Amino acid sequence: MLKNVHFGPSVLPFLLVLPQIVVTLVFFIWPASQALYQSLLLEDAFGLKSEFVWFRNFEALVSDPLYWHSFKITIVFSFLVAFLSMSFALLLALFADRVIKGSGAYRTLLIWPYAVAPVTAGALWVFMFNPTLGIVSYALSALGYEWNHQLNGEEAMGLVVMASAWKQVAYNFLFFLAGLQSIPKSLIEAAAIDGAGPIRRTFDIVLPLLSPTTFFLLVVNIVYAFFETFGVIHVVTSGGPAGATNILVYKVFSDGFVGLDLGGSAAQSVILMIMVIGLTVIQFKYVEKRVAY
Amino acid sequence: MARVVLEGIRKTYPNGFKAIHGVDVEIEDGEFLVLVGPSGCGKSTLLRMIAGLESITEGQLSIGDRPVNNLEPSERDIAMVFQNYALYPHMSVYKNMAYGLKIMGLSKAEIGERVKKAATILELTDEQLTRKPRQLSGGQRQRVAMGRAIVREPSVFLFDEPLSNLDAKLRVQMRLEIKTLQASLGITSIYVTHDQVEAMTLGHRLMVLNAGNVEQLGTPIELYQRPASLFVAGFIGSPAMNFAEARIDSMGKTITISGQEALPLGDGGMAEHGGKDVILGVRPEHLELVAEAPDAVPMTVTMVEQLGADTLVHGHFGESRSDLTVRLEGIRNIKGGEVLPIRVSPDHLHVFDPKTERRLS
Repeated sequence: MLKNVHFGPSVLPFLLVLPQIVVTLVFFIWPASQALYQSLLLEDAFGLKSEFVWFRNFEALVSDPLYWHSFKITIVFSFLVAFLSMSFALLLALFADRVIKGSGAYRTLLIWPYAVAPVTAGALWVFMFNPTLGIVSYALSALGYEWNHQLNGEEAMGLVVMASAWKQVAYNFLFFLAGLQSIPKSLIEAAAIDGAGPIRRTFDIVLPLLSPTTFFLLVVNIVYAFFETFGVIHVVTSGGPAGATNILVYKVFSDGFVGLDLGGSAAQSVILMIMVIGLTVIQFKYVEKRVAY
Repeated sequence: MARVVLEGIRKTYPNGFKAIHGVDVEIEDGEFLVLVGPSGCGKSTLLRMIAGLESITEGQLSIGDRPVNNLEPSERDIAMVFQNYALYPHMSVYKNMAYGLKIMGLSKAEIGERVKKAATILELTDEQLTRKPRQLSGGQRQRVAMGRAIVREPSVFLFDEPLSNLDAKLRVQMRLEIKTLQASLGITSIYVTHDQVEAMTLGHRLMVLNAGNVEQLGTPIELYQRPASLFVAGFIGSPAMNFAEARIDSMGKTITISGQEALPLGDGGMAEHGGKDVILGVRPEHLELVAEAPDAVPMTVTMVEQLGADTLVHGHFGESRSDLTVRLEGIRNIKGGEVLPIRVSPDHLHVFDPKTERRLS
């Protein structure tokens, strides 16, 4: 039992939490409530007046095939990013766990991509894959493959997935490595005595014991792919070609600030908001309970 | 069933640290050998080398007349019980025991039969077999860990301090169970512990290790009655043996602790060590309280511990105020500050060389 200590009435506690409350109100609650309100408004073409239209913006979204297309590619995109970055990070972590000499340098080098800003990461990949200048597309053309993500939607998707996953590998790697190192060594030894080779041990013992970490990272990676990849998309494809990489979070931006459909854009961000709330609830509720063995 | 033979086993870590300085021992089929020593003495390392979890730098290890130096742990026909049990937390008790058998490629029916048999021996219920390890108590987990070793039907059992995570009462109970089990299965066992009571009660033979060296190898009673070195003398027996600097007379007939009366040496004396400075050791239980006698040592009592069955009297004697512990039977009414006449029985003297720390005579 925690001991309840009662202090006399004082303004100090309120002063101490004030900065946090102000930040939350100004940067989170206010914009969010603005979005909520705007999602119910319809702006006229010249931005001179707006009309309260209840849920018509949402109705329009639901019946818009472009929106559903965006929804679909967002799911494909997040799945690919989460899967690629997590599996690659896991592989690296499994290797790094066996390295004893120079593991510090190894880990430091692997964490660097995480420190790169999304836009910079995107620019890096754009340069490498530029159809006319890029070194990778040059190599690909030498192999007889004409790479052009500016025309080919699937290639564009591949490129943004690679750029986004690459950035997230470092983060996943750190968590996987920490997870691996928290598995008692004697369990691995017991499995070795039981006759399981390294690969079998990985699948029978290590991966099941890593499942809490895996689930946590899955949620984090989906949230990342949904919301934090804006910079990468913006630099690499700007949602193109022909909307092939126009994921939900990018569509909010392009519809609102390029298409100037403020109401529709706000409605989209409200839907995104609901999704992120849902993901957070899942993470808090199940991350410790469900996947614990 | 197998003999385990260690010949000149050494371990040097890549950083140059020498953990084991050469161990030679033949462990007979069905024998229970206990490796005992303080922490860091290399006993666990030696066990892990036998298990195949650590490489052997030098020497030859054979299990059942088969050299196993370069074999994987699973090929050595051994089973090991770990200090923290090392049960797979995500598998049920049944699966924990069956895992090794599944890898061996046994049929489902045979696995079921073996697990069932082990569970019966260890008194694990069917309901407990379906549980996860974390739903079991410490003692039950310990049983499961042993079950996992038994089902493999190995030639050798290896135990790495398996009782150190249990509370005192359970430890005594499990100690008896392990001893009974080993006797009934008749499987060669090697057991590591730092607890000398465990070592004395379990082992057919004990190997006392100190800083990577074998101090002594022998039956528990041999170690108790004739400790080969100061280290063994101090390590085996509780409370620990009393030591005092002493001198043997030139004839080798008596021994004198400075400022005290000379004590006769039993067994016809130690003529070959006449005139030598030595360290004299006497166990607390071999000191007795006597009525005033000329050869009695006056001991000043500082502290008394009442154990019910015994009374431990701590104090000191002589000019050097050497520490002395006496174990007296029953409950005694002795207070701090009293001076007691204590007599040493000449048959129970242990004499050690102060330089080599080995036993003389």
